[in-house]
Amino acid sequence: MTAPAIQLKGISKAFGPVQANKDISISVAPGSIHGIIGENGAGKSTLMSILYGFYKADKGEIWIKGNRTEIPDSQAAIAAGIGMVFQHFKLVENFTVLENIVLGAEDSGMLMPSLSRARKELKALEEEYELYVDPDARIDEIGVGMQQRVEILKALYRKAEILILDEPTGVLTPAEADQLFRILDRLRSEGKTILLITHKMREIMEYTDTVSVMRRGEMTATVKTAETSPEELAELMVGRKVLLQVDKVPAKPGKPILEIQNLSVTDSMGVERVKGIDLQVRAGEILGIAGVAGNGQSELLEVLGGMRADRGRISGSVKLHGSELPMTGAGSDARARRDAHIGHVPEDRQAEGLIMDFHAWENVAFGYHRDPAYNAGLLMDNAALRADTERKMEKFDVRPPLPWLAAKNFSGGNQQKIVVAREIERNPDLLLIGQPTRGVDIGAIEFIHQQIVELRDAGKAILLVSVELEEILSLSDRVAVMFDGKIMGERAADQTDEKELGLMMAGVAGEAA
Amino acid sequence: MDKMPKWADVVLIPVISILLAALISALVILAIGENPVEALNLMVNGALGSTYGWGYTLYYATNFMFTGLAVAVAAHAGLFNIGGEGQAMLGGLGVALFCLYLPLPHWTIALVVAAVGAGLFGAAWAAIPAYLQAKRGSHIVITTIMFNFIAFSVLNYMLVEVLKPQGAMDPASAKFPAATHLPSLHDILAPIGIEFSKSAPANVTLFVALAACVFVWALIWRTPLGYEIRALGKSEPATRYAGISSVRIIMITMLISGALCGLMAINNVMGEAERLVLNATEGAGFIGIAVALMGRNHPVGVFLAAILFGFLYQGGAELALWSSIPTELIVVIQALVILFTGALDNMVRMPIEKLFLAFRKEKA
Amino acid sequence: MDFLTLVQVLDSTVRLATPLLLACLAGLFSERAGIFDIGLEGKMLMAAFFSAAVAAITGNVWFGLLAGIGSSLALSGLHGAASITFRGNQLISGVAINFLASGLTVLIAQSWFQQGGRTPSLLSGGRFEPIELPFAIGPTEAAETGRRLSDLLSEANVLQQVYSELISGHSIIVYLAGLCVFLTWWVLFRTRFGLRLRAVGENPAAVDTAGISVIRLRFAAIAICGVLCGIAGAYLATGLQAGFVKEMTSGRGYIALAALIFAKWRPVAALWACLLFGLLQAIALRFQNIDLGGFVVPVQFMEALPYILTVVILAGFVGKAIPPKAGGQPYVKER
Repeated sequence: MTAPAIQLKGISKAFGPVQANKDISISVAPGSIHGIIGENGAGKSTLMSILYGFYKADKGEIWIKGNRTEIPDSQAAIAAGIGMVFQHFKLVENFTVLENIVLGAEDSGMLMPSLSRARKELKALEEEYELYVDPDARIDEIGVGMQQRVEILKALYRKAEILILDEPTGVLTPAEADQLFRILDRLRSEGKTILLITHKMREIMEYTDTVSVMRRGEMTATVKTAETSPEELAELMVGRKVLLQVDKVPAKPGKPILEIQNLSVTDSMGVERVKGIDLQVRAGEILGIAGVAGNGQSELLEVLGGMRADRGRISGSVKLHGSELPMTGAGSDARARRDAHIGHVPEDRQAEGLIMDFHAWENVAFGYHRDPAYNAGLLMDNAALRADTERKMEKFDVRPPLPWLAAKNFSGGNQQKIVVAREIERNPDLLLIGQPTRGVDIGAIEFIHQQIVELRDAGKAILLVSVELEEILSLSDRVAVMFDGKIMGERAADQTDEKELGLMMAGVAGEAA
Repeated sequence: MDKMPKWADVVLIPVISILLAALISALVILAIGENPVEALNLMVNGALGSTYGWGYTLYYATNFMFTGLAVAVAAHAGLFNIGGEGQAMLGGLGVALFCLYLPLPHWTIALVVAAVGAGLFGAAWAAIPAYLQAKRGSHIVITTIMFNFIAFSVLNYMLVEVLKPQGAMDPASAKFPAATHLPSLHDILAPIGIEFSKSAPANVTLFVALAACVFVWALIWRTPLGYEIRALGKSEPATRYAGISSVRIIMITMLISGALCGLMAINNVMGEAERLVLNATEGAGFIGIAVALMGRNHPVGVFLAAILFGFLYQGGAELALWSSIPTELIVVIQALVILFTGALDNMVRMPIEKLFLAFRKEKA
Repeated sequence: MDFLTLVQVLDSTVRLATPLLLACLAGLFSERAGIFDIGLEGKMLMAAFFSAAVAAITGNVWFGLLAGIGSSLALSGLHGAASITFRGNQLISGVAINFLASGLTVLIAQSWFQQGGRTPSLLSGGRFEPIELPFAIGPTEAAETGRRLSDLLSEANVLQQVYSELISGHSIIVYLAGLCVFLTWWVLFRTRFGLRLRAVGENPAAVDTAGISVIRLRFAAIAICGVLCGIAGAYLATGLQAGFVKEMTSGRGYIALAALIFAKWRPVAALWACLLFGLLQAIALRFQNIDLGGFVVPVQFMEALPYILTVVILAGFVGKAIPPKAGGQPYVKER
């Protein structure tokens, strides 16, 4: 039997008090695709960073092709035949494809001979793996799918035998993702070993030979993909049998609150992100928008939340309670949206929803800080703010319940509770909520879901955007799928399933419901 | 949890930084063959040993409070206003124009009018870099540096071609009318029986500066505008989410910052020189950077740092008078303060954070 | 204005542009590697002093040049420690360096020479002397014929005037500065080091993951910056003038910075930008107020023009100046 391409023995790594990796051992056969699946923060990326020399493990050994190998830095990883394609590409945007490939792997001090040799080599690689790129195109002029190819070529140019891909499909359209997996298949047949890190079940089930599951820094299992099921993997991932089930009674939708007609959004780069969509959200219902990240959901949410009034172009009509909401100019910013009783839990709570350095009591007013209730004359009424914070912290079970703590010192789940408390407690007519449980622990997920359902039962309209299909299915009353800026179709949540929605998310149009 | 308690951040680290700066300054004095202890004695005596010394120390401190507050306000919005020098020069021009060409019957009215002129001109000079940053993304550090030089040329032109009285040689305006004379500390303290030096330049502007400290504190920590300024300084995308216009905040913040720099002119131009001269600002705009860094952008800190720098400036001048150490020593000290409290902050911070972490582990 | 006057203004342009050009190229290396440097002024000033001081003491300008480069390098090292090692604010570090140089030069000058913060005037040997190219009309010619140089020049033909006045008669540093433009271009665009340098200023993570040390690259860049600033400062005190005087850089570091923006961080464009700003200085120096048929352009306007032009460029009304993307941000490893 040939030696494993990669063997990790007892790898441990701690960041301060947090144990990111605990005694991890795996063994990957050469010429196979090995998946690593786990929730956010399970320690997948840390493990791969150790393998690529970004971090040094506290304990443990790395064996490559049967040899014990020290990997103190990326240089050593490259020398050991490891290539990595990061989630966020590490490319120089104003360089050409060729320059990016050569960077760090030049033959000599002179650039021109290196470049001309690389050009030939690239040609050969392109043909061998059917990975075609234009060597003279600038990175900022080519699409993400193409950029990812450049990253793969970079690794191959450095003679990588082992390729690590970290969440490679997060930014790809389904078509681009399919193409990626065809490439990976080809690489496998040429004898390369591939480590695929993902949290998407479908990718694991369809493309990997073996799979390891990580949970809270530990490797809970390594199995042959053919011998397992999504249900089993999911259970290994979360540690207990949960298929997110939200307790809720059937919705009793009332009159339309939000009516969107032919809405188009073009970003400041001139790319059309939302392409003429129609949507309606009624009082007392949750409309879930499903889709792969980057298909226009974020832009839709931002436009409704008043965050894009000064960027790009917006056309079409958005009505709240039957009257037109301005999209540009006066009354189109986020403040005006709040005045119109639209609440908004943004997709990225750390960059947008909270000021991480502000105290919790300051964050509880964020966006509503000019509300008369929080002000006394010219000055802000800090005492009122703190009292309000204490009340919300208690009601939403924020831990620790300390108004003086800075937002950055709360856990992800408690940060999200602060944001959700702030927006829901305003009792908005319409709540926009994006990725409500991203990076949130299970306990907090249930609590937040419950709050959303309660708001619905109080007769409010809710527009939910999430890339987690399970969350969409269990929380929504109706589901609309967005693909490439368009609505592919709408379904009642109880009359559809993951399979149908998945097809629509991949751009296969469903029949009109 | 934070890596260390708040008092360590706001008191311990600045104090260590200052001590480091002082230590190296002492080494510099030793290296040029002088005695640092003696030098310190001379400085303390010269700056704090008499009401004359205090009068100068407070006069300088007044300048630095204005410029320090200006840098601090901008810093809260994440803007580095390095153009205080130019804004203070223009403030001086405003004061001179208003004092020379408006009929001002009494110093109280003159003070208010001159303050308006100083603030307006200073704010106007900050407005263009602010607009270019807010609307066109031009880096405000570079534009404000450029505006310092342009301000110097403007002032030079105005003094040589416009404001210089006929027949005069040096580039300076005419003396301001007597009615615009601001009461000095001597004038103010005499009625309550305190003998204060007659010849020291500290004047009523000191109280304006103190009021400015209170104003900035209230603005930054108590008003919704200050809340928005701080939010912008921490996270630009979050302000978009909260409906806070970054263009508006950048403009307002820089106008306030420029106006504060401009206000310095009522101290140095109106209170001390009583006419506009070419080099009236004497680098106070830049000292504001050191003062704000050292004062951690808090008005109380700025106040204390301004007093310290006032002491250094007066002490340094006395030192140059009574020893062979030139006043440039102060520039070196100032550089070291900026270096340690600003650029090398992490060098001081990291070991202290480690210490606190180790200490905590032991306790736990 | 006759032709010879024009040639003389251009000649003075070349001399005034030289320190700007060297400092500008210095800044180019630093900023292309992602390190903002507003401390060009301070490094030049420090180098000006130490070159003049050492040249005055040893009587040898080359020792002076080395001392100048050494002192400028020391400040570069400080900037590196602050902005690369300790990930401090690069702008604040630059400000501190400018003040440090401004104070230390006078302090040390006073301690060493007791002449009010200046160095003794440099005699020949302590200065970079003009190089007379073959066939040029220069002081040698004047001495041989026993006539005044200006008379000889005004009698010569146009070609000879340009050759003798504009091309010949500069110190070695001027020619070196010209060569540096080409060298900078070559290093930046034709060598491995240049590729990596440009990459680290745009996306240090790309360099890091390619297995190259970001820290070492950036230190190399600011070392080159220090050397070039050192030469620029030495030229000021031992070429352009004969000795150090307090604050003798008088804002040249900032003009160089302006030229760098004006040139959009490109070496050949930097040459033109520095020549333009040198020309403005030369005109201001020679003519004071310029009368344009009734409308007088004040000298102050000429002095401010480089700064005004830079603001216009920065505002993006005339072509947008886009700085290296990673400029000003310390590199922190992250996934």
